Amino acid sequence: MGLGMTWLVLDRLGLTESGVCIINDVTLKVGAGRTAILGPNGAGKSTLLRLMHGLLRPSDGCQHWPQAFTQGMVFQRPVMLRTTALANVEYGLKLRGVNPHDRRQRAVEALVRVGLPAIADRPARRLSGGEQQRVALARAWALEPQVLFLDEPTASLDPASSREVERIIREIAASGTRIVMTTHNLGQARRIAEEVIFIDSGRVLEQSPVEEFFTRPRHAAAQRFLEEETP
Amino acid sequence: MGEIATSLVLAGELVATGDERLAAIVMLSLQVSFSATLIACLIGMPLGALLAVGRFPGRRALIVLFNGLMGLPPVVVGLLVYLLLSRAGPLGPFGLLFTPAAMIIAQTVLIVPIVAALARQTIEDEWREYREQLRSLGASRLRSAMTLLWDGRFSLTTSGLAGFGRAIAEVGAVMIVGGNIDGVTRVMTTTIALETSKGDLPLALALGLILIAVVLAVNTAAFVLRQWAEKRWG
Repeated sequence: MGLGMTWLVLDRLGLTESGVCIINDVTLKVGAGRTAILGPNGAGKSTLLRLMHGLLRPSDGCQHWPQAFTQGMVFQRPVMLRTTALANVEYGLKLRGVNPHDRRQRAVEALVRVGLPAIADRPARRLSGGEQQRVALARAWALEPQVLFLDEPTASLDPASSREVERIIREIAASGTRIVMTTHNLGQARRIAEEVIFIDSGRVLEQSPVEEFFTRPRHAAAQRFLEEETP
Repeated sequence: MGEIATSLVLAGELVATGDERLAAIVMLSLQVSFSATLIACLIGMPLGALLAVGRFPGRRALIVLFNGLMGLPPVVVGLLVYLLLSRAGPLGPFGLLFTPAAMIIAQTVLIVPIVAALARQTIEDEWREYREQLRSLGASRLRSAMTLLWDGRFSLTTSGLAGFGRAIAEVGAVMIVGGNIDGVTRVMTTTIALETSKGDLPLALALGLILIAVVLAVNTAAFVLRQWAEKRWG
């Protein structure tokens, strides 16, 4: 079903937590460069993303990466260490064993790419929410992951910051990193994604190219979702 | 009430005249308890972080044990360390009994559980917030524990302070392993106990007031430092 070469296969994936089924029998192939996971609140979007990234272990089924890809993730609420913005970006590189000189250089470059070279030496936790999210993007981007997962990256941001974060996500994608993001912002999904995965109650109901999904959704639940969410 | 007033005056006089014996007693108290706190932090905080972040058999049992050991009776710790350090004990050959070093050891044993248990609580709260991000970046559990120790350094002052407060205020352990020898192992609390039993209540009370003032001063300094740090780093 994917557009490009398949890089992730989920096979009958399921997650049940204390008797509640959160992800139910999900089978899909991800091959697009930019994928948006859409669905109503509580559909299991974030959980599916965490399963893909390996933060959660499935209780059923399995996932298969045809090639081993390096991965990163950016969360809805950025987690900043109590140090400078630059040191936050460097931290990820340090964990990968990058030497101090290259580390500094790559971190500075990443901050430049997200438009924040001026705040490098500021304490990260004192930055605004939008700036913190951009530092989190720089931290993930500096590692040059082959896949970047984003969980509602603009949900807690104001419109201006959201636009900036969107711009950065598009640039990350343009640099060759595959993007998988959850969002409840339909405009954003349409602007960024090539492919949409629509889930409801833990099941994947539809996987379509983005234009097709927004103009001719196949599944009745997807049609209803689009009608309700479109202003 | 009269006695307290007399003591206040006496305490003021002792401080104002810079009484040398008093200064030596206060200094030794601080030296012993600060050393014990420092060592207890070096042992207890990493221990607390591992208890918070680690996954190994017996972890829960250890957490319960450390929580329970927070209430260790100082006299019992003193007795155990006494047995270890006494001439016939396993550490007897070092000749540490009735020295400040013995007092530092006893207080360290007394407060390691306090520091570890409180540090575990602090780090566990941080871990909840950071866990997914650190795992996503590829940090091992050990690495995460180290990161959280550094990141939680301002909140961790509370566990260090609790340990210090316990150490400087206890009398049983230092009395047993130090022996309250004048000019050698006499600290504020043992002096207070001694002067009280001798009936010199004003002097005992004056020392008590100085002890309280010292504890308040240390806590205030730590509080101000933490406020500043949190304002700076968030």
